[in-house]
Amino acid sequence: MSSTIFLANADVRKVARLARLAMSEAEIESARAQLSGIFDLIAEMQAVDTKGIEPMSHAQDLSQRLREDVVTEANQRELFQSIAPQVEAGLYLVPQVIE
Amino acid sequence: MLNSSLQQLGSALRAKKISSVELTQLYLDRIVTLNPALNAFVTTNAETSLAQARAADALLAGGKAQPLTGIPIAQKDIFCAKGWRTTCGSKMLENFTAPYDAHVIEQFNNAGAVNLGKTNMDEFAMGSSNETSHFGAVKNPWDNNAVPGGSSGGAACAVAARLCAAATGTDTGGSIRQPAALCGISGIKPTYGTVSRYGMIAFASSLDQAGPMARSAEDMAQMLNVMTGFDARDSTSLKRDKEDYARDLNIKVSGSKPLAGLRIGLPKEFFAEGLAQDVAGCVNAAIAEYQKLGATLVDISLPNSRLAVPVYYVLAPAEASSNLSRYDGVRFGYRAPEYGDLTEMYEKSRAQGFGAEVKRRIMIGTYVLSHGYYDAYYLQAQKIRRLIAQDFADAFKQCDVIMGPTSPSTAFNLGEKGDDPVQMYLSDIYTIAVNLAGLPGMSIPAGFGSNGRPVGLQIIGNYFAEAQMLNIAHQYQLATDHHDRAPQNIGL
Repeated sequence: MSSTIFLANADVRKVARLARLAMSEAEIESARAQLSGIFDLIAEMQAVDTKGIEPMSHAQDLSQRLREDVVTEANQRELFQSIAPQVEAGLYLVPQVIE
Repeated sequence: MLNSSLQQLGSALRAKKISSVELTQLYLDRIVTLNPALNAFVTTNAETSLAQARAADALLAGGKAQPLTGIPIAQKDIFCAKGWRTTCGSKMLENFTAPYDAHVIEQFNNAGAVNLGKTNMDEFAMGSSNETSHFGAVKNPWDNNAVPGGSSGGAACAVAARLCAAATGTDTGGSIRQPAALCGISGIKPTYGTVSRYGMIAFASSLDQAGPMARSAEDMAQMLNVMTGFDARDSTSLKRDKEDYARDLNIKVSGSKPLAGLRIGLPKEFFAEGLAQDVAGCVNAAIAEYQKLGATLVDISLPNSRLAVPVYYVLAPAEASSNLSRYDGVRFGYRAPEYGDLTEMYEKSRAQGFGAEVKRRIMIGTYVLSHGYYDAYYLQAQKIRRLIAQDFADAFKQCDVIMGPTSPSTAFNLGEKGDDPVQMYLSDIYTIAVNLAGLPGMSIPAGFGSNGRPVGLQIIGNYFAEAQMLNIAHQYQLATDHHDRAPQNIGL
């Protein structure tokens, strides 16, 4: 079994876009070749009959623990903003989104 | 001092034969001398480490020492430590100073241990050779042409080269056990949920688990005693009574068969094609040693283990693509110097901040989770994950522990597998199934291959069997000396 999904550069381009990764045409071409190899490896798993098997998300199959709805963190805005790329007047700066 | 166990170091500190400041300085000096060649540490901060050492000496003077008080421990650079640069091996976090402590770091701080520095690792723990680190590859101290394994390669190298007393690692698909094997040290990935993931930079959350890397089973037990424990801030942390992981090591057994009654399962899939002959030779010799210690052997099968690698390369990238979406250049981490609109800022920051392997895995994960493909990939992988876990459950009806090789070969050369991700992924063929099942797994030194590079024996236990596994490893280490060997050229 082999995968045909990644044979088109357009597919790689679409995934890169979804993942928010800028890629040049040369990078897309090399990613296509490598991802095709990885999906060939993954294809081995797709032939397995899993009818009636429950998916397993965690080893211990625990139910999600809930906590009290109370404030647990102190306000550390200055500390947290001290490591941000760009801040001003306590706000994170990004390019304008709304005209 | 450099070959002393953690218990011996603790005794020496409590008896005032050495101070924590002296011990910390000893290791810091060794790092200055040896790290330029080995590249095991990415960050040290002598002033901070020595301040912790002075505080430890005060505790020791006041008779308030715990077992690890004053002992210098190297922390994998995946653990946030307040005030310390925490990079996760990535350009994305090259200038990130952690604003808080991981639970593991808190536990070591509470124990009075000294943080000796942050160890190199594959970028975001994605790699099996340490070559994906933004800060350069780590060298294997046994042979500087060889990789140390990964992703906890800096930790394994630091322990083997006696640059720290012991170290922490994390293991998502073998990242503690494989570098432990390749560097000739001991490492254990405990049962999933035993060590809190809080403050441990996330790769694949349903698989990530921290554990100790050290020179012996005894030392690992001391480390686990500090690292484990319930933490409400990790939603998968398990509420269990505190255990003493060293409890079985101290039971005196009379006679030459301390492991009488132990049933060791040997999965035929772990000894099949693909296993290097010299590795097989060492592993078989270790198993023969276990028979001398009283154990009996059981042939078992893990029929779905061949699917572990493909399943892992769906689940881990899927979780990674989600976890790494937080690196957007807004609140912390790298931001591209030039960009137009917001989307371009994201795309350029991520393209420039992540290395090739991380991008590759984000792409795989994004693809398998994208519209129309979820059932065929992610759901199918989760179903097979259950089959893999069931194989182990069936095996543990016939045996107490499972043994086999940790890695199919000894350490490969730097650059040898660099261009072929699939070949690199297959070096974790024996370790990945353990993460998928959430079981504890360990690697201990079992001799040397034909090229003089170390071989690891993998020991897999049932859920929460860490204390038993540590004793099984300890009995072997009492009878053999592989774990006591040290590389040449590390100034001993």
